[in-house]
Amino acid sequence: MLRYTIQRLLMMIPTLFGVAVLVFVMLRVMPGDIVELRLRGDGAQVTPELLAMERARLGLDKSLPAQFGDWMGGLLTGDLGISMWTGRPVAYEIGIRLELSLELAILATILATMLALPLGTLAALFKDRWPDRVISVFAIAGLAVPSFWFGMIIILTLLLNFNWMAPMTFTPFLEDPVKNLSQLIWPALAVGYRYSAVATRMTRSTILEVLQEDYIRTARAKGVYERLVVSRHAMRNALLPVVTVIGLEFAFLIGGLVVTEQVFNLNGIGKLFVNVLARGDYTMIQALVMLVAGFFIFVNFIVDLLYAVLDPRIRYS
Amino acid sequence: MKRHLATVIAAAAVLMLPASAEAQAPKKGGQLKFAVSAEPPDYDCHKNTSFAFIHPVRPHYSTLLKFDDKKYPAIIGDLAQSWQVSPDNLTFTFKLKPNVKFHDGTTLTSADVKASYERIVNPPAGVVSIRKASYTDIGAIDTPDPLTVVFKLKAANAGMLAQFASPWDCIYSAAKLKEDPKFPEKNIMGTGPFKFAGHTAGSHWIGERFADYHEPGKPYLDGFRAIFVSGAAMVNALQGGEVLVEFRGQSPANRDKLVAALGDKVKVVETPWICNLVVGFNTEKKPFNDPRVRQALSLAIDRWQGSQALSKIALVRDVGGVLRPGYELAATESELAKLPGFGKDIKKSRDEAKKLLKDAGVPELKFKLTNRNVPMPYTPVGVFLIDQWRQIGLNVEHEQLETKLYQAALSGGNYEAGLDFNCDYMDEPNILLIKYVSADKSSVNYGRYNDRKLDDLYEKQMRATDTKERIKLIREFEKHALEQAYTIPTIWWHRIIVHWQQMKGWDLTPSHYVGQDLASVWLDQ
Amino acid sequence: MTVPAVAISDLNYDRPKRRGLAARFVITHPLGAAGLFVIVVMILAGVFADWVAPYDPLTVNYGAMLARPSAEYWLGTDTFGRDVLSRIIHGARTALLVGFLSSFAGSTLGAIIGVASAYFGGRIDMIIQSFMDILLSFPIIVLALAVVAILGKNVAFGLDFNLIVAISIPMVPRVARVVRSSALAIREMAYIDAARTSGFSHTRIIFRHIVPNVTAPYLIMLTALIAQAILLEASLSFLGLGVTEPTAAWGLMLSGSADDFYQQAPWMIVFPGLAISLAVFAFNLFGDSLRDWLDPKIKI
Repeated sequence: MLRYTIQRLLMMIPTLFGVAVLVFVMLRVMPGDIVELRLRGDGAQVTPELLAMERARLGLDKSLPAQFGDWMGGLLTGDLGISMWTGRPVAYEIGIRLELSLELAILATILATMLALPLGTLAALFKDRWPDRVISVFAIAGLAVPSFWFGMIIILTLLLNFNWMAPMTFTPFLEDPVKNLSQLIWPALAVGYRYSAVATRMTRSTILEVLQEDYIRTARAKGVYERLVVSRHAMRNALLPVVTVIGLEFAFLIGGLVVTEQVFNLNGIGKLFVNVLARGDYTMIQALVMLVAGFFIFVNFIVDLLYAVLDPRIRYS
Repeated sequence: MKRHLATVIAAAAVLMLPASAEAQAPKKGGQLKFAVSAEPPDYDCHKNTSFAFIHPVRPHYSTLLKFDDKKYPAIIGDLAQSWQVSPDNLTFTFKLKPNVKFHDGTTLTSADVKASYERIVNPPAGVVSIRKASYTDIGAIDTPDPLTVVFKLKAANAGMLAQFASPWDCIYSAAKLKEDPKFPEKNIMGTGPFKFAGHTAGSHWIGERFADYHEPGKPYLDGFRAIFVSGAAMVNALQGGEVLVEFRGQSPANRDKLVAALGDKVKVVETPWICNLVVGFNTEKKPFNDPRVRQALSLAIDRWQGSQALSKIALVRDVGGVLRPGYELAATESELAKLPGFGKDIKKSRDEAKKLLKDAGVPELKFKLTNRNVPMPYTPVGVFLIDQWRQIGLNVEHEQLETKLYQAALSGGNYEAGLDFNCDYMDEPNILLIKYVSADKSSVNYGRYNDRKLDDLYEKQMRATDTKERIKLIREFEKHALEQAYTIPTIWWHRIIVHWQQMKGWDLTPSHYVGQDLASVWLDQ
Repeated sequence: MTVPAVAISDLNYDRPKRRGLAARFVITHPLGAAGLFVIVVMILAGVFADWVAPYDPLTVNYGAMLARPSAEYWLGTDTFGRDVLSRIIHGARTALLVGFLSSFAGSTLGAIIGVASAYFGGRIDMIIQSFMDILLSFPIIVLALAVVAILGKNVAFGLDFNLIVAISIPMVPRVARVVRSSALAIREMAYIDAARTSGFSHTRIIFRHIVPNVTAPYLIMLTALIAQAILLEASLSFLGLGVTEPTAAWGLMLSGSADDFYQQAPWMIVFPGLAISLAVFAFNLFGDSLRDWLDPKIKI
């Protein structure tokens, strides 16, 4: 087990390095120039010398290998660099926004799980009867409704029909939970719906699969009370794939926040990503992509480990 | 002394009375919350160009002169108590207010003014002075005594005095600049009505009342909080009362929506705006090297009818030439109607356009209009133009790019026709006409042409200190520019501000860059 | 393996043998048939948009700005006085074209890579798989946004081909994974080795034996990804990075200042959103049933 863990950990390194190379190359072939955007933004008269001076200041005049080397060197020493747009440290820019995005992702996960587990179980138990069909339509609709549109409708309904607006600025949960939740619950709902749809379908199908297994049949044959069968036997075994889906979706959620944070004007890393991409702020884009990809790879790693721990049938050499 | 001060305040109050109809004594206290729909990248006035910078940062600084919000374009002193211009227009002498304090408690002297302007005119290595080109006429800056600054010009310049009221020319502390010329990039330390009290990137910015501000009794507010929010969220915040105002401008739809929702609780003020959307042609690409083609494309645009329709959905409204309609040096409506593309008989213009295109051998011209993907007002104006050109049988494709790519396309000459903008803090022709001057003399001209006649007229009007003479030269410039049609004005912007009634003491100006130090703003609550 | 995670079916449908294919599908999969019906209607609307739509979707009519839904304009008009219904009908064309083309491109490229990876195995497989792992580490929208930013626009025939590339790239590794695992199962079969040793060309073996066996997962992924592509296109257009004005496209109808008009003209927001949801809903229903029908064990 320990050997497997170390092996899996080591395997993450080449993937992360590949992500780094890919992002670096993609950014350098991207047209547009942050210096020009920054200085010419609102139509100022800027000389070529000034543009060249700023490029040199940002290290953009160096050769590509040198730029990549600088970045990697910084990463290894834990230095993410300076934002090319604001001049503030990248770690600071991301740090102040990470809490909001993480909390939003966790809230959405909680909402989704709370919906998905009972609904999925219910659908499995009433397979092919009307509760199953209703839940199934609810779930497929969840995959169909664009979260940005759903978000727009939520905001406008709250504002126009209830004359209520969520707080504009972020308050940490520990500081004022009510204010915090009243801001974040709505976007969590907007992204959580899709998320719960995925998880509901997974719960339903795994429970169905497990119900077919021999030991459940045995339990039933022995006359074990139906509810007990479900809660004792079926649920526990169905949990593994459901946990997987929840884990993987959680990692994906960070990407999904890109649009939702835009709609809800949330100062999180999704909105930050759209902004820095539009500006061509290399250091910020690189750091954010590494963060998100690293997070995704890490969650995958955890899910694999969970499998190894929870499911004795899986053996790793 | 105290008594003396009180008399001054009382006198000032009496003088102010007739100015406003609802003469109410300003109340002290409160925090003004306002929205800013973008965010300043760093803190240096000399390096920035966006309104998103002015709105949160300007209240922390003072400038030598400033525009009188109530009587734009009139100029009043900010740090300067009085000023004199020599008869030959070559020497500007400013007397500073005595005992002006910086936020760190030090006293402002002429050395601070000199150091700040030296930084703009001749920036030290590593410092970006983005408007340097507009100050090339300044020769020497002298400080005969701590309260006097003398600027010596190399040549007379009709727009120079007003330039000392630029909201961008923040006066920094000479001592701080000496320690680190880049000090203002990351720190805010000025003499303005509000002290800097914090900036949370991506979220908000806070200013607090500066007790030792140089205008006695001001500011009225205890502080301000600028909230960075854009698009629908900004309008919702305004509607929900989370912010009292947004100082750039609202679209007509948002105005109507806010008024419908809030009624008397909000006040709407409007003015023609010193911002214009122009179509620039890349004269290196055929057939846009042919003046007939360019003029035809200008002739096909029904600006008069378009202004009526577009003003319902976009923040554009006013028909004007190279200068803002309503400005004293701008063309009158009847002068304008004689210029190509501004005639009131659109059918006649369009027939002429078709004929010109036929003569040029491109009756069914196809081309691409490069635009930026900013929804207001670029998208509606782009859609409008394409529809106008469709009406003379042209097939125009709309290419909307992210600002970064759009900019790269325009400055790299990788476009055919581009929707460009011309926007600044004052009407001054020296600033606004530079868009039309030859590419080798103007870095904001993306049309890749050189036209010495325009350059010559531009230079002459800049040196013309007699207003009548200047107007004549500008009319000549305008006529030539519009006939050649390298860059054609479309419709000027229209600034609409919707603010909650409790915000008082703020006056609308034709530019979102000026009148924003918030010194006179107060809350009626 | 990841999005959308879809149920593993548990059923062995008893398929009536005598009826036609279509009839059997309708009877065993009523929801899928409903989805298919909506898709067919959409395709017809898209293909015959010029005849079906009551107005030209591009004609600006300043006299009829923001008109309410009425007998004249069934779903009202937008800020330019353009008919919303006509724009939704023409928008179906955009959505379907972008959806089909990008899903087709992404799935096909993914399938080729998956088959090649499985068939050649060894080092090639390892290299391809590690590259696919790298691509998979990017969230879909992040990758699509980056590709859009790099490629810019390349409009021809009113379609932005770079947008299609941007949408299809994130699909490639996902399809490659599924197809690779199906192909691997076949590759292990003894008869493939036999064919190899008896000197048949790679092409022949691949097309004779492997391709037929990965067709089902390929088709399933293709259908499922159309829905994803339509959603992704709408999201990108909403962010102002997809289809641009004045082209009729659903996501675009919701972008920019559309929600400024929610109070005055709610139809401008409600109908395009419903159109996107309905289209994606239909493709999901159909895709699910197709999977059940073709190969219940496929996980996508």
